[in-house]
Amino acid sequence: MIEFQAVTKQYDDGTTAVHSLDLRVEEGRITVFVGPSGCGKTTSLRMINRMIDPTSGRILIDGKDIRESDPPLLRRGIGYVIQQAGLFPHRSVLDNVATVPVLTGTSRREARRRAAELLELVGLPAGVAKRYPAQLSGGQQQRVGVARALAADPPVLLMDEPFSAVDPIVREGLQEELLRLQSGLAKTIVFVTHDIDEAIKLGDKVAVFRQGGFLAQYDEPSVLLANPADDFVSSFVGRDRGYRALGFLTASGLNLGSVPCVRFGGTVGAAKAALEDGWAVAVDEAARPLGWLSAARLSTVADDAEVTEELLISGGSLYHVSADDGATSGSLRSALDSALSSPSGHGIAVDENGAVVGGVRAQDVLDALAAARDAGKVPS
Amino acid sequence: MSWASAHLDEVISAAQTHLILAILPVLFGLIISIPLGWLAARYRIARSILIPLGGILYTIPSLALLVVLPVILNTAILDPVNLVVALTIYTIALLVRGVADALAAVPETVIASANAIGYRPVGRFFGVELPLSVPVLFAGLRVATVSNMSLVSVGALVGIGGLGQLMTEGFQRYITAEVGTAIVVIVVLALILDGLLVLLGRALSPWAKASRAGATA
Repeated sequence: MIEFQAVTKQYDDGTTAVHSLDLRVEEGRITVFVGPSGCGKTTSLRMINRMIDPTSGRILIDGKDIRESDPPLLRRGIGYVIQQAGLFPHRSVLDNVATVPVLTGTSRREARRRAAELLELVGLPAGVAKRYPAQLSGGQQQRVGVARALAADPPVLLMDEPFSAVDPIVREGLQEELLRLQSGLAKTIVFVTHDIDEAIKLGDKVAVFRQGGFLAQYDEPSVLLANPADDFVSSFVGRDRGYRALGFLTASGLNLGSVPCVRFGGTVGAAKAALEDGWAVAVDEAARPLGWLSAARLSTVADDAEVTEELLISGGSLYHVSADDGATSGSLRSALDSALSSPSGHGIAVDENGAVVGGVRAQDVLDALAAARDAGKVPS
Repeated sequence: MSWASAHLDEVISAAQTHLILAILPVLFGLIISIPLGWLAARYRIARSILIPLGGILYTIPSLALLVVLPVILNTAILDPVNLVVALTIYTIALLVRGVADALAAVPETVIASANAIGYRPVGRFFGVELPLSVPVLFAGLRVATVSNMSLVSVGALVGIGGLGQLMTEGFQRYITAEVGTAIVVIVVLALILDGLLVLLGRALSPWAKASRAGATA
């Protein structure tokens, strides 16, 4: 556990970067510091490993004041992932990862063995080990940065806008990867970002900072979305917070409807007979959805013609549920999105094998939301 | 060629002296330039003194320096130490700026992550900053080495050995072949040293090739 006690950082020119911060970072969870530039989030992070020392106040790690530790030794026990990875250009990927264990006295051979394991853990092929950082893509470099931070197996990991320099698709992959890693490692992670979506996606708890180094709100993401503390947080959290808050509600109360399915490869006449309200889902032999068939489009083709790919209308997002217990997995947000993005107005629910198990209408989601609200499951 | 083959021992011995007098100052200059360059990279005030000073030192004519140094060092005018000190000064003048620029060019994120990982300043310097400055450092070493190879010849004017002596002797005795031999040997040795430094620099910074390829990829 990391604890900030009345921590203030003031620079010589009089600007206050962090203003009397009181905050407890919970052990084994991801805590995200988020806010606009100049809000003190990065300064707060860097005070944890004494890259910056506070002007006043105390920071405790597991009850111990960090000022009692020699900074280099303290830092070797805290993993750190920096923007643009900050890898050493002159060392191979493997030696980059092995850096901290070698610093702390592990033999080079043992450190490299461990580094190779870590590269695998963060999803990098063994072939990259001997390459230099410049030969890797931005996303790969970032993975190496994470592996390096994990190399000495520190209980605490500080991540300073680690994914800000990669493109959105790669960033999403790295975020998923971090959540996957964290589910196995349970490190105490402090993550700094200016991206509220990233904060809400990754954070078990999110600290929203305001310009001048004030902590505006410190809560779970769902509470942040449902109940922002003030206008600043509300505007920072953004426009669609009502919609995004659905992401934190499980769709357990959602009733799946039926949806007409047509095996791809049959005749147009058979497909027309299967339509309900002018729509049906074309599926493959494993009942996986391929696209929608509409009365409007099928009417242009003779009944004895075969259903071809040209006749398919591409579908919207899929709503994933687990087959055993129906609609317990997935969030109301993904359910609603599947309905809203579908050309027929019916979202397609699929099980973990990708097979169609039912349909979702927007109204079903709203009914489930009302039920959740009545049951007190919506934070307020 | 007939003159050279007839005086082979003389040429080889002069070449050896020449090489020692050219290379020693490069080594001394390198050892001194690294801490000075570090100072110049680290402290603005050190930079504002050292870099212009290096520029001024390099503009002092070598012959003038060779005449003045014995007075300052209290050495004999014919002492080779004078030449070694003079060339060391030129080497420093050439290298300090390069070292300072190379160290200053180490990316901020690399320094920050070295600190954040738990490097102490000395370990960081030798483990991170110095290796990263190898390409620039070797570019400076090549210039200094080649420059020294030609400057050693000037020492002959104040009676210091080396291939320059063959030149002064050849001029005095109108032996064109002797002068020609000295020039050819100096140029060839300078090219060889330059080539060796290129190879050594590459061997010490295998990552630099990857960085260049990566930057253009």
